[in-house]
Amino acid sequence: MSTATAPAAGEAAAARTPGPRRRRRRSAEAAPQTGVRTRAATAYLLLAPNLALFALFFLLPLGAALVLSLARTTGVGPTEWVGLGNYEQLAGDAVFWRSVVNTAVLVLLTVPASLALGLLLAVLLDKPVRGRAVFRTVFYLPYVLSGVVVAIAGRWIFNENIGVVNRVLEAVGLERVAWQSGAVPAFVSVAVMITWGRLGFCMVVYLAGLQGVPRELHEAASLDGASGWQRFRHVTWPLLRPTTFFLVVMMVIECFQVFDLVYVMTGGGPGNATQFLPTYAYAVGFGARQQGLGAAIGMVMYVLVLAGTVLWWRARKDQEAEA
Amino acid sequence: MSTRPRARTAGRFLGLAAAAVFMLFPVYWLAVTAVTPREDLAGGRPPAFPNEVRLSNLSETWQSLPFSQWLVNSLSIAVVACVLSVTLNLAAGFVLAKYRFAGRGAIFLVIVSTLMIPIQVVMIPQFRIVAELGWLNSYWAVIIPRAAEAFGIFLARQFMLGIPDELLEAARVDGAGNLRTFVSVVLPLCKPLVAVLVVFTFMFRWNEFAWPLIVLREQALYTLPVGLSFLQGQNGTDYAGLTGMALLTSVPVLVVFLVFQRYLVEGVARTGLK
Repeated sequence: MSTATAPAAGEAAAARTPGPRRRRRRSAEAAPQTGVRTRAATAYLLLAPNLALFALFFLLPLGAALVLSLARTTGVGPTEWVGLGNYEQLAGDAVFWRSVVNTAVLVLLTVPASLALGLLLAVLLDKPVRGRAVFRTVFYLPYVLSGVVVAIAGRWIFNENIGVVNRVLEAVGLERVAWQSGAVPAFVSVAVMITWGRLGFCMVVYLAGLQGVPRELHEAASLDGASGWQRFRHVTWPLLRPTTFFLVVMMVIECFQVFDLVYVMTGGGPGNATQFLPTYAYAVGFGARQQGLGAAIGMVMYVLVLAGTVLWWRARKDQEAEA
Repeated sequence: MSTRPRARTAGRFLGLAAAAVFMLFPVYWLAVTAVTPREDLAGGRPPAFPNEVRLSNLSETWQSLPFSQWLVNSLSIAVVACVLSVTLNLAAGFVLAKYRFAGRGAIFLVIVSTLMIPIQVVMIPQFRIVAELGWLNSYWAVIIPRAAEAFGIFLARQFMLGIPDELLEAARVDGAGNLRTFVSVVLPLCKPLVAVLVVFTFMFRWNEFAWPLIVLREQALYTLPVGLSFLQGQNGTDYAGLTGMALLTSVPVLVVFLVFQRYLVEGVARTGLK
């Protein structure tokens, strides 16, 4: 445990450098040897309420969801065990497949859009510019609003008859769009509102990430004659990779949680055009009271999110190994 | 040479201003609609600038449904949940960042892995557990199952990893106990973290929709987002009332955000949320 006696200056500097992995190792090594037993007891004591809550409200329900997905039940009356029957039923359920495809398309549309726009705004805000604090607040503001409020704004703005979007389209001589009765336009309107609500979060996280890019690297690259774009492409972007990774995971998970916005804005319609896995799971599990089938949809979501995270994690590891 | 950077700064400002207009527009449009006389909206041409600001739209809608009761419900739930969650987050973050004990890595992994669970996966069993505990139709049904949150614990841990161990050891050498060390050494260093946790927790609880919708069955117990969703659709949507209430019910969360927002980027940067 040599680091326990390391000079304080060195330790403080290490704590300041952005690099969670390095910090973690150091703090573990630096933990003092005295009173280990009482400290472990304190640690468990302080963690106990958290662990109890996680066990009761996440781990137990996760196990219960798996069990429930093998049953047919409405919550009242007898439970009928059907094995993989619910999963077989889903395999032949067109609305389920529609929800899977819709969720995938939502990820492909909104995640890159939120990240790209968030990054663009963060880069514009990273250097001194007049009104920076105001801009930052304005861009972040939609993220603070509830999904219900964003949905109400979306319903009103994209209202087919008197919505402002169609009025603008008309004013510039374009056709009105069937935002509420057309399948594709309805989907687009939902994706637009989701991106509007989330890109401020991406911006703040990217802003934080940009603070970790050393100015000296940029200056050195400038001296070597690198243009602004080249500096971004070869210095900033690679250093933002962990930030991007975090945001992709967060945004994908949010696509698998999307509920209030869709429930209020389109109700999954028209004709399931905006039905996603979470809204369909709710409609089946609570609307139609087929709890086992709803749980089965939930398990499919869980497996998809888990598989996606693992795949992405691996890809990132490979990339890092190459670099 | 001197004009180029200036031109670039001006360009950046213009770009940001354009983006700001785009980002603010939906909120502006909600506000304009909220104060436009209903007969103007019915004409199918809501004006870009209201000819007349009619604030009675708001008061009429407020009185048409138990909004005051819903406001009390929402505030009680958000404040209690915030205090409880932030306390639990800080305790767990401190322990996971600064204590060494068997199972630390495994416990952290289990907590973080719950981040990956889409809430709809566990909602039906959660509902059954809450019902079993007899909490349906109570504030506790909303507060307790969400009190421990992986996201907050993750943020707290990442932030506290950056607190030098020397400080904690010095406190210990001076004879401070665990609690004393936490309160007088760790907490004062954690202001940006607490700000971030308060903003996120208040926002999540205030805005939550699906879970309260399920566990609060009585109208008198609804939170604002749940109540709000009932304003639309009944006999054709009253957009003046709906948009007004949407904005009004966002005010508390906006206040919390504005009070704490200057800590936000610093807090996020130092929590290693990147």
